[in-house]
Amino acid sequence: MAETTYLEAIRQGLSEEMARDERVFLLGEDIGAFGGAFKVTEGLQARFGEDRVIDTPIAEVAIVGAAAGAAHMGLRPVCEMQFIDFMSNAYSFLTNYVATARYRAGGLPTPMVVRGPSGGGVRGGPFHSQNAEAGYLHTPGLKIVCPATARDAKGLIKSAIRDDDPVLYLEHKYLYRRIKEHLPEGEEILTPIGKARLAREGKDLSIITYSAMVFKALEAAEQLEREDGLSVEVVDLRSLSPMDDAALVATVKKTNRVLIAHEDTRTGGAAGEITARINDLCFEWLDAPVRRVCAHDVPLPYAPTLEDYVLPQTADLVKAARWLAAY
Amino acid sequence: MTATATPPIPAGLRHEQLLELYYFMRLTRSLEERLVNLYRQAKVIGGLFRSLGQEADAVGSAYALDRSKGDILSPLIRNLGSMLVQGATPLEVLRQYMAKADGPTAGRELNLHFNDLQRGFLGQISHLGDMVPVMAGIALAFKKMKQPRVGLVYIGDGGMSTGAFHEGLNFAAVQRLPLVIIAENNGYAFSTPTARQTAVKFLVEKAAGYGVPGAQADGNDVLAVYETTKVAVDRAREGGGPTLVELVTYRRKGHAEHDNQSYVPRQELEAWAGNDPLDRYVRRLTETGWAAAGELQAIDARILTDLDAAVALCEDEPLPAAETALDGVYADPPRASVEWYRRLDG
Repeated sequence: MAETTYLEAIRQGLSEEMARDERVFLLGEDIGAFGGAFKVTEGLQARFGEDRVIDTPIAEVAIVGAAAGAAHMGLRPVCEMQFIDFMSNAYSFLTNYVATARYRAGGLPTPMVVRGPSGGGVRGGPFHSQNAEAGYLHTPGLKIVCPATARDAKGLIKSAIRDDDPVLYLEHKYLYRRIKEHLPEGEEILTPIGKARLAREGKDLSIITYSAMVFKALEAAEQLEREDGLSVEVVDLRSLSPMDDAALVATVKKTNRVLIAHEDTRTGGAAGEITARINDLCFEWLDAPVRRVCAHDVPLPYAPTLEDYVLPQTADLVKAARWLAAY
Repeated sequence: MTATATPPIPAGLRHEQLLELYYFMRLTRSLEERLVNLYRQAKVIGGLFRSLGQEADAVGSAYALDRSKGDILSPLIRNLGSMLVQGATPLEVLRQYMAKADGPTAGRELNLHFNDLQRGFLGQISHLGDMVPVMAGIALAFKKMKQPRVGLVYIGDGGMSTGAFHEGLNFAAVQRLPLVIIAENNGYAFSTPTARQTAVKFLVEKAAGYGVPGAQADGNDVLAVYETTKVAVDRAREGGGPTLVELVTYRRKGHAEHDNQSYVPRQELEAWAGNDPLDRYVRRLTETGWAAAGELQAIDARILTDLDAAVALCEDEPLPAAETALDGVYADPPRASVEWYRRLDG
């Protein structure tokens, strides 16, 4: 059976939801005949028509704003940001208008998805490599999902489209064609928003992470088992908002030692929030301080030597885990 | 007066519609005057925004929409009249200003920031310009669903400086969406005169840059406002795309009640006080014979009675229960969690 890439899984999810629900439509830059900068939407305009796959001007506020208006009217828009870095052009709109609508406006529904390629490792430089989650995690009213696997890429885009609240769907461009899985045809894959996944079971130490860092965490776990005899658990959060507090508590109670890993920069990043939650919920179960493995606090540079230095690597996770295990 | 002395009513309007226009303009003014009293008694909790002298632009433009077809507008802070035309009630406005539990946003939002898409109005947020792309999206939905409905969005001389305005209008123009953009030129954005917002002499000049038709009307002449907007609404409904309509008017009060307008020349204010849209309309109605003074006085009396009743009804109503603050950020989960320190004893 053919394997499905992470990218194809997103497209399948979009396509299935468009076929299932005529209210679903896509809008974004170059997503129609061209199929999007990374070809996520390739073929969808040919299949569903120009009314449902709309090429827009280069105008992120217009894309997100028009989606909000259409969502108020009962449609289910999915916005593509050509790179998630450009979502910041619509930051005010997302945080002030979209996120607050239900609360401030008598339950006004705004069921919409904003998705786009995020993350580094592809030599994209400062404006094609960003991780956007921290800027929005702080905003009540938005949901944030970050799939790592092809299965969840599909399952989360479908759940995001069906969700009654606005969802930021942060796909990792490094994974687009590198991750492949068998996804059985005919199976309806719906990954629940707000539920973490145990990517690997372990008992000595936990790595809590999401998106592309899941794979570095799994590599590190294998190496640590092989070389140190350590049993490392890997928790793939999948959703940052809402966050699966129960999964955090469960893994802390099991291993008592926690490393939090993300590709985003450290200061003000999601790892700080996760650390605080562990502190609030299960401090007494810890045998060691919670430690973070994040990108250095610099814009992401272009040169391979620089980018690889700034981003956390598998070797960094291994070293950090050894430090934590020995604490 | 003989029948032949009465000129025909313009714009295809009927007698009762002329009276309705008068009703909404007068209701706007009287309701705001009532709110000023409540503000001075500290019963209006936040700021109070007046549309004195702009009632014709709000009422005449909104009246050009077709409520039976489900048209939707998005007002600015000085477009109370447009919301009343669409069916918002004085009671809702009073409750909203006084942050009452039974108000349309249950105490979450201020002043005119409330909405009812069924009745056809979508309240703004404070970030000027943002409602233009939102209303473009609503018009996009109308077009996609093949509904003969029209959206109308107000933007001020200040708000037209924003990127959101540009992106929204450009998108609507490219997509030929059924959207009317009302550029309300009232001379000031807070304290900044229009000449410090834009280098064009008239806002309507900007239409050419978007490839959409532009039109301009005297914003203090309610019938001219109606007629000009109606052309744009009809064009939008027939698939002709957006129109930028500039209504030239004047803000006769400060940005909000606290603002003493020290930056405005006195003679400018006096000149515009002589161009009051209600006074002008009353003169026109009575001098043409389209309406009798007694008919208008009866409307005035009805409005005051209704407002008395609305104020009496809601003045002593409760504010929302504190813990309702946590409800409804999301559909799911329905309630935010209470912070731990609130659960501590003692």
